[in-house]
Parts: sequence; structure tokens; C-alpha cells
Amino acid sequence: MSGHEFQSYFPESGSVDMTDTSTNIDETTMAELRELAGRYPQSRSALLPMLHLVQSVDGRVSPAGIEACAEVLGITTAQVSGVATFYTMYRRRPGGKHHVGVCTTALCAVMGGDALLETVEAKLGIHPDEITPDGTFSLERLECNAACDFAPVMMVNWEFMDNMTPAKAEGLLEDLAAGREVQASRGATITSWREAERVLAGFPDGRADEGPSAGEASLLGKGIADAEGWAAPQPEGSVL
Amino acid sequence: MTDLLTPVLSANWGQDHSWGIDAYRAQGGYDAVAKALALTPDAVTGIVKDAGLRGRGGAGFPTGMKWSFVPKDNPNPKYLVVNADESEPGTCKDMPLLMASPHTLVEGMIIASYAIGCHTAFAYVRGEVLHVIRRLQQAVAQAYEAGLLGKDIQGSGYDLDIIVHAGAGAYICGEETALLDSLEGRRGQPRLRPPFPAVAGLYASPTVINNVESIASVPSIINRGAAWFSSMGTEKSKGMTIYSLSGHVKRPGQFEAPLGITLRQLLELSGGIREGHELKFWTPGGSSTPILTPDHLDTPLDYEGMAGVGSMLGTKALQVFDETTSVVRTTLRWVEFYKHESCGKCTPCREGSWWLVQLLKKFEAGHAVDGDVDKLLDVCDDIGGKSFCALADGAVACVTSAVRHFRPEFEAGYATPAWELFPYGRSALFPVAEGGHA
Ligand SMILES: Cc1cc2nc3c(=O)[nH]c(=O)nc-3n(C[C@H](O)[C@H](O)[C@H](O)COP(=O)(O)O)c2cc1C
Ligand code: SF4
Ligand code: FES
Repeated sequence: MSGHEFQSYFPESGSVDMTDTSTNIDETTMAELRELAGRYPQSRSALLPMLHLVQSVDGRVSPAGIEACAEVLGITTAQVSGVATFYTMYRRRPGGKHHVGVCTTALCAVMGGDALLETVEAKLGIHPDEITPDGTFSLERLECNAACDFAPVMMVNWEFMDNMTPAKAEGLLEDLAAGREVQASRGATITSWREAERVLAGFPDGRADEGPSAGEASLLGKGIADAEGWAAPQPEGSVL
Repeated sequence: MTDLLTPVLSANWGQDHSWGIDAYRAQGGYDAVAKALALTPDAVTGIVKDAGLRGRGGAGFPTGMKWSFVPKDNPNPKYLVVNADESEPGTCKDMPLLMASPHTLVEGMIIASYAIGCHTAFAYVRGEVLHVIRRLQQAVAQAYEAGLLGKDIQGSGYDLDIIVHAGAGAYICGEETALLDSLEGRRGQPRLRPPFPAVAGLYASPTVINNVESIASVPSIINRGAAWFSSMGTEKSKGMTIYSLSGHVKRPGQFEAPLGITLRQLLELSGGIREGHELKFWTPGGSSTPILTPDHLDTPLDYEGMAGVGSMLGTKALQVFDETTSVVRTTLRWVEFYKHESCGKCTPCREGSWWLVQLLKKFEAGHAVDGDVDKLLDVCDDIGGKSFCALADGAVACVTSAVRHFRPEFEAGYATPAWELFPYGRSALFPVAEGGHA
């Protein structure tokens, strides 16, 4: 057991890729970054949302994005990158048009998540933390995404793809690659990872009304209670 | 005798457009805000105290008592922060609640904020749940339009703003002090206590941090009364709560029941273990709560019942595994989770979780050597209780409890790979080529 190196949240590299200086950040982005900073009692609280916005604009945490955040918040670029490199959702290298995640935490892994990940890897020809050469897909191994009653779970652009099977996953990836419409199990029609990042930054896309209220598993207990005539007790003195 | 299931929080989840303000109001939503604003803040806290509501985020601390710790004479603003980070493996109750009925949380936040004298409240939602965040953003916007947020709420003179904040992927940010650092725009690493958040939390100001389900329970308590709430549950674990059943059961899902229901009862409701299989082990409240076995099927799922069998109620995330499952494999996966999520602040957890992974990989591959089980427990002993926050204790709990109940299975790792003892394909829900393992 030698070769013990401390692994950061970004196992692939130590820091943000400073060599790629390209950016799409313009005055509109700067104004939106300032708007985010203005939403909080103390502006630095906006840093996480601001980094989500940077990703939606640049497809990753870009050096220019780090500078923009530092400038707006009046902190150093080192402080910004220190935060950017701590959280797994921030990418040092560009994400795909669609960001695919497969949950391989214990429960999903055992129920088929490991096999699912192998299928997705084979289908896309990439491993986790990689991107397809055409930039359509990036892939990630997820930790539990709070949907274990729908295991095995896959996420596309942080939308739920519940009760996955290898066949369903392959079909879904083919549809996305062909630009066909794909609906999340509990969510909206799939757009793109960058559009998702913009919503996470705090700029709603007006699509909250899409999709169901809940999945079948979420409604199981309520359905059984209804069938059995079970309910919470009536409050004392209630006229109902 | 109360019914076996008592949907309150989940009662409206199946309704058409349940997430919209119209549907919510049509079933009496926001009535509790009007009731609460007509009372004094202390009276509201008193009702929540009398109800016996305990925190649903894992620790079970009495919610009303937590609110009463906020010092009244502190000149700083007070803050309410709702913990919607839900990342404990197995835990999947807060996200469906927020997706189906975000207004229940918003209403609870208004009442809780009023009770503690806060004018800016935050909902910190894990980032990896886009549609949940959409629904909550929209609910907050609708509440502003309806005059339920903002200035002079419903003519009461009380002002409140709510900010929906998306995290960025870090389990540790569910730990309440790490959450505060994260919400201040820093790396999410836990803070030393004291001072406790009630005195010096967000921006060093008095702060109450509560789980989604805790706050979402408040409107029903205000509407129906403390006595109603405490008529459900057991002596020290009051009220209804959401149990999440996942894994090798016929029908996984969410069950809202009085505290104290048993796994046997929940399994009966869900149709039992999948066809042709039997229960092997389970977690009562996420992977950080020591695993249990069929011996504990009849132990009440409340705070005391679980403590009595050496585990914890935690988040009531019941992950169920049948006899096809390798305990070594699941333990390794859970420990890999903790290693990945360790914030790196303190050495026992950062380094220890790495060593645990290395050791468990040897067990999984059948390459462990005689004595390695004790070494595993030794490393656990170097981590548990010696780290900065409870993340490390969770990492250790899943290992020590697995060894306690299934030591021979670990010892088998001295000679035989786990995937030979328990061909992994058999645990999956769909056919998998045999021999396949990660
Ligand atoms: C590592 C770790 C992760 C946690 N994650 C969460 C979480 O995702 N959601 C939550 O409500 N509480 C979580 N907690 C518990 C919180 O620290 C805190 O006790 C809780 O939010 C308080 O709310 P309650 O009193 O309403 O339960 C976590 C604790 C630890 C140690
Ligand atoms: S126990 Fe782990 S997660 Fe907690 S402070 Fe230490 S390193 Fe961070
Ligand atoms: S373990 Fe995969 S969603 Fe929880």
C-alpha cells in the first residue's frame, strides 16, 4: 500500500486549467454576476451561484470566470479557485452538451448501477470524467442523488432518469445524440447542461410546471393509505 | 389507535399541479401563516415545543427548543436556514416533498422565521436536483406575488425574504456548520462549536438550521394543534414522519407513518422482499446509521428504539438488501462515498477513510490476510470519535456494524473474492453478465 496521495475533489488535476483562456463572458454576464451578488445580505454568499453562471456561459470554470467573480466580490482569484475546486459540480474542463451521471453509491451499485455505468461507458466510448470527442456527452460517476427508491438512478443535466435499465439508457442516449426530444422521469424536457447551470445559478427558465408532481414510488404510501381508508387522526374538536 | 399510515406532508403529492400555489391554497394552504401571524412569536415556538417535534435531519433535536435558543437581545439580524442538502446515502424524502409540494416548505419557513424573529431565510438545496430547484424557485416567486413574502406580509407588519440557494455537490455541506460556510461562499468545511449557530451562525449572527421535513411539519402543527401532533408516535418520538424504503423490496417508496412503525410493517405494506429472496441487512436511517439484520424487524423505528439496538433513527432511510448482497461490497461502496466526501479538514477522517478503502478493496478481492479484520477495526478506532465532525463517525459506523453482524463474511475475504461468494449480477434488478464486477 504505497503511493498514497491525497486526492482532491478533482482527481484528474490539481487546479483550474489556466492555459485555456477562451471565454464568452461579456457585459451581460458581468451584469448578471453583479445581480446575483446583490441578492444576498453579504455579497460573497453569491459565489456558488456565480460559479454556476460561469459554467453556463463558459461550459466550465474558466480563468476569466474566476477573475470575474473575484472582481465582482472584491476577493482574490485564489479565494475563488479555492472554492471552485472544492465542489464536485464545478468543472475544470468543459462539460458536454449533455452531462450524464450514473449513481454507483452502494444501493444503486448493487441494484444494477455498476452494470449501467459499464453500458453507458461502452455506448459513449468514454470513462467517467471524460467527454465525447464531438462534445455531446460528458460522464460522471455519481454519489447518491436522493432518489434511491427509483434505483438504479441516472441523471442527465441533473434531471432524474428513474428506474434505469441498460436498454433504457442506451435508447435515451441515442435519442439525445440524434437531437430527439427526451423527457425526464420526474422533470422537464431535456435541454442542455449549460441551461441547467443557469437555473441553478438562480435564473429560472419558466419550466417548473413541466413533468409530474411525483413519481410512482413517492406516491406509494399515500396510495395504500387511500385504499385502506387510513389517515392522520382528526384534531380534537374538529368539525370535519 | 392511529392508522398505520398517516399521510399529512405527503397527502397532496398526487394532486393535479400539486406544486402550484392555487392547488396548495385550495386545500387550506397558507391558513397556518394567518393563524401564526395572529399569535406572538413565543406562542408559535411554544406550540412547536408542546407538539414534541424533533428534527428530521438525523439527530432528532427538539425543534421548538432549538428555536428558543436564539437570543432575543442579540442586536444582529436572525437567520433561518433550511437544510435541503439531502445527500446521506439512502435518504430520498425531502426531494420528493419539495418537488410535489414546495409551498409546504415555504409556509413552514414563514412561520418558523416569524417565531425566531428572522427577516431573511435561506433554503440551501443540493445542486444536483434541477427540477426540485425549479419548483422551489417558482413557489417562492408565487408566494411573493400573493403577498405571503416580502414587506408587511398580509398586513401583519412582518417582513420576510426567502432566498433559494443551490449547492454545488458536497455531502459535507449537509453538516450544519459546513453548510453555513458554504452559504457564505466558502469551501464547505465544518466549524468548531461552540459558538453554536443559534448564537453565532450565518454571518456570525443567530441562526436556526432545520431540515426540510422539520420545517414542513410546522404548518400542520399550527393548523391542527400540538395535541394532535403528539397524539401520533411513541412516548418520546412524536408525530408522523416520512420513511423511505429502497432496495430489494417489491415496491420501494415513501411511507408517511407515526414514529414507531416497524420495518416488518413497512415491508408488509410494500409487498415484502422481492420474489424468492429474503432480508439480509438494512439501514434504519442512511448509511451513517449502523446496519441491522432480520433480528431487528420488530424494533420500533423511533429514536429510542433504534438507539436501543445500537443504531440510530437518522433520516429514516431504510435501505434493504437481500441475501444475494455482499456486505463487503456495500461496505466498501459506502466507505468510498465517505472518502470522496471527506472535506479534508482533519487527518483521521481524510487519511483514515483512504486507508479503509484500501483495506476493504483487499477484502473484496479476496486478498485480505489473516488479521485484517482486526486491522480494519483498529483503523476505525483511530477515526471514530477522534475526528472533527460526524461524517467520520458515519464512515466508521457502517464498517463496525457490518463486521459486528457479518464477521465471517469479512474473514472469507482472506481467500475468496466477494464477487465469487455473491455473484454481483444476482443482486441487480436486470440481467447482468456474470463475473462482471467493478
Ligand atoms: C455529514 C453530515 C451530513 C448531513 N447532511 C444533512 C442533510 O443533508 N440534511 C439535513 O437536514 N441534515 C443533515 N445533517 C444534519 C445537520 O447537521 C443538522 O443536524 C440538521 O440539519 C438539523 O436540522 P433538524 O434539527 O431539523 O434535523 C448532516 C450531518 C452530518 C454530520
Ligand atoms: S471529520 Fe471528515 S468531513 Fe468532518 S471535518 Fe474532519 S475531514 Fe472534514
Ligand atoms: S444510492 Fe443511488 S440514488 Fe441513492
